Amino acid sequence: MGDTNGVTPRDWTAHPPLIHPDYKSTVKRGPTKPLVPIRQSLSELTGPAYGHDALAPLDNDLTKNGAKNGDPLGERIVVTGRVLDELGRPQPNALIEIWQANAAGRYIHEADQHNAPIDPNFFGGGRAVTDGEGRYTFYTIKPGAYPWPNHANAWRPNHIHLSLFGPAFASRLVTQMYFPGDPLLALDPIFLGTPEGARNRLVSDFSIDVTEEGFALGYVFDIVLRGPKETPMEAGR
Amino acid sequence: MSDLKQTPSQTVGPYFAYGLTARQYGYRHTSIAEGAMAGEDIEGERIRVEGRVFDGDGNPVPDAMIEIWQADSQGRYAHPADGRGSNAGFTGFGRTGTGTDPKHRFIFDTIKPGAATEGEAPHLNVVVFMRGLLTHVFTRIYFGDEEAANAADPVLSSVPTDRRSTLIAARTGNTYRLDIHMQGDNETVFFDV
Ligand SMILES: [Fe+2]
Repeated sequence: MGDTNGVTPRDWTAHPPLIHPDYKSTVKRGPTKPLVPIRQSLSELTGPAYGHDALAPLDNDLTKNGAKNGDPLGERIVVTGRVLDELGRPQPNALIEIWQANAAGRYIHEADQHNAPIDPNFFGGGRAVTDGEGRYTFYTIKPGAYPWPNHANAWRPNHIHLSLFGPAFASRLVTQMYFPGDPLLALDPIFLGTPEGARNRLVSDFSIDVTEEGFALGYVFDIVLRGPKETPMEAGR
Repeated sequence: MSDLKQTPSQTVGPYFAYGLTARQYGYRHTSIAEGAMAGEDIEGERIRVEGRVFDGDGNPVPDAMIEIWQADSQGRYAHPADGRGSNAGFTGFGRTGTGTDPKHRFIFDTIKPGAATEGEAPHLNVVVFMRGLLTHVFTRIYFGDEEAANAADPVLSSVPTDRRSTLIAARTGNTYRLDIHMQGDNETVFFDV
């Protein structure tokens, strides 16, 4: 185990700052004082361990897990990728929870009052656990863009929300996956709040190889989490 | 080995409830964790931990999500990196949103953790997510009736004296209360975990 060496630090060249005024809600909600350094202990090096027993059979198929009397409307897609740490080690048994808007850009959440239709056959939530090679797969519907009140004529780009548990509490990640070529990315203060050099890591790749003929367009999204620093054996090389 | 870069964090946004805390909010979906963490067969002292989250205007935040990660009553974490073995079915993980309580409290019904290692004070490890936080923040909750242990705790001792109280919950009966202040004079200490 790498627990004697700790988990790699948060890379602040990757993550958005706590206050990013273009995203208005950050102004009164982001902490203003510097984060206090902490020496990692068991508290940070351990973390919730969820495995395949956390899953129900249709959890990774959002085209079916909300169906009442038919299929959801929209463009069917398959999203797949690997969860890795910074040293490229696959992360098996990593729990991924996702939630997203329907094809019309409407969430099932009752606070979402966007004037676009609810799809009676689409719920928009699911989860998956990575396999031995760190791979996960979701079947879903491409989410629609939706307006939000941040500024005049503000629209969120198409995105899927993801929540991940990695090897340690310090690995915890909540993020969003975007789609290639979306013109709204260049206008979105949430995406643009991310350091420029790291933004492309949030954009999935279209893949004709992952695309399932006659069924669903394929997108690949690999996710890199913080993990143990080099093991003592590797460090000795 | 390859040298990959961390995937950036993005905000949890306003609509996480049906995906991450479905059962609490009454959506037709399961939840992997809730505020109720201690089943009947879990050993330890039953406690409630509650509080509110305040924004920079002093308003309670109605759409925050709080997660806690804790050791069992004997100080053991349910994870392979803690070599002390099983902690008898206690996952140690809780998650709740502030949107269902009329006062926008987060409420955890759990057991009081033991100290994980000698010299450490018992505590809860906390993550805060909300719309308007592009990157989640880590904090801790210590217990006000553990004065001697708190005084010796290396993490608490590393926090400037005048800010330590932002991490210590006051006990009334079996309930510990601590508010989380995102900004202001009492801004909670958040750690660079
Ligand atoms: Fe969203």
